[in-house]
Amino acid sequence: MSDVMFVQILDLVCGGLLLSGVLMLWRRELAAIVRLLVVQGVLLAALAVLLGVREHSVELYLVAVGVLVLKAVVLPGVLHRVLRDSGDVREAEPLVNVTSSLLAAALLTLVAYAVSRPLVALAPSATTRALPVGLAVVFLGFFVLVTRRHALSQVVGFLLLDNGIAATAFLATSGVPLVVELGGSLDLLLLVLVLQVLAARMRLTFGRTDMDELSELRD
Amino acid sequence: MTAVGVVGVLVQVVVVVGGAPLLVGLMRQVRAVLEGRAGAGIGQPWRDLRKLLKKEAVRPEGTSWIYTSGPLVVFASTLVIAAVAPFVSTASPLDGVADLFAVVSLLLLGTVALTLAGLDTGTAFGGMGASREVTIAALAEPTILLAGFALSARVGSSNLADIVAGTLAAPAQVLSPATLLAAVAFAVVVIAEAGRLPVDNPATHLELTMIHEAMILEYAGRDLAVVELASAMRLTVLLGLSVNLFVPWGVATSSAPLALLGATAVFALKVGVLGAVLATFEVFIAKWRLFRVPELLAGSFLFGLLAVSASFFLA
Repeated sequence: MSDVMFVQILDLVCGGLLLSGVLMLWRRELAAIVRLLVVQGVLLAALAVLLGVREHSVELYLVAVGVLVLKAVVLPGVLHRVLRDSGDVREAEPLVNVTSSLLAAALLTLVAYAVSRPLVALAPSATTRALPVGLAVVFLGFFVLVTRRHALSQVVGFLLLDNGIAATAFLATSGVPLVVELGGSLDLLLLVLVLQVLAARMRLTFGRTDMDELSELRD
Repeated sequence: MTAVGVVGVLVQVVVVVGGAPLLVGLMRQVRAVLEGRAGAGIGQPWRDLRKLLKKEAVRPEGTSWIYTSGPLVVFASTLVIAAVAPFVSTASPLDGVADLFAVVSLLLLGTVALTLAGLDTGTAFGGMGASREVTIAALAEPTILLAGFALSARVGSSNLADIVAGTLAAPAQVLSPATLLAAVAFAVVVIAEAGRLPVDNPATHLELTMIHEAMILEYAGRDLAVVELASAMRLTVLLGLSVNLFVPWGVATSSAPLALLGATAVFALKVGVLGAVLATFEVFIAKWRLFRVPELLAGSFLFGLLAVSASFFLA
């Protein structure tokens, strides 16, 4: 693969990561958001494969397979099941309306570019120049996490955050060691499974999965 | 001003003026066929224009020269864009006018002329349509400029012909994230500015939903013909701009007669295909509530902003 090709594909994949993150803020249907999560998982795996080709490292290929299975198949599958059981079709009422969230996303992206400039200056290359994208996805994940009410939307925010962290790790250091990646992924899987159980319990108790229900004590 | 360059400009003007009603007819026909209707045929808008041109222009009492000149200003400003933009050839003698900002301003000039004319009638509908049109224009304008910025950052010039020529010289840039994001932002703005679904429905005259149609309710006869032709031309110009900024292949870079002929055919084909795709897309969606339009335009503004930042940061 030539250098020019590599940079172009890398830029496209990074643009896709950012785009899927932004679209998750825009869409209200939870099913569409889960589909976007699948797209993002595939793109993340593609990023790992691309770096693997670049570095000729088998380890990165393994990481890519792991990322693909976990983030594009297992986790969205779990979320899809939660969605099917709960019958909630869309995010009821985000704390911040969609127009403002989109403008906030624009600001967050610019902040990500601003704060990552010293990082990029450490070792300027095609991969590190795309680093702001990973950070922007992290910020978007945080934003989804704090402005959505649904348990499922919050899980989506958390996964978005993790995708951002993974993308940043890939771009900054050409991937973390396999062991670390495995540990992080297992944590993530456990968390999502726990949240699945929690959502089911909440539905039994309140009939809905609105996290605000948990803010007051009851008998 | 060479004679050959003038020929290029003339060809563009003739193609846009003659082709605009045909494009509208084509889009209506595509919709009709997809909805299971027979449709009126592609030439219907031209037949409507011919009919209107024969009729007397009745003007409401109490309207001033603003009302009379509205259609003419829209028509003239769109005609200037049709003459200078790099639709068929990039070797236009009016190259200096073909700046992105100038073209956007010309589009806005037409919008403002029509809104003033709508206000001038003093009817409730005219004022309502004008206020909505200005709201949408104010939201769409920054987006179109941002999307253009993203494209011009690559070339280092906001001249449309330079942008098109730059893309022709380096075709791989079309697949860069900046261009793709700018394309999405631009598409939303074109839909909003041309008054298509889901922002405005050009086929209805329902009080609650009218935007563009509400402003031109009072026009009749010749005036209406000019307004209709001008709005068809605006649609053509917007589609032509978007198709040539992002898929510029087939644009003539010289003024050789053969190149011009080929470029004209390719341009007509590209805009026709894009119009048909847009019409197909419109069959499957409904008009949005007016209060959701800002959300759509905020989204496209965000895409424009991401496009600009991506064009600077992702090489």
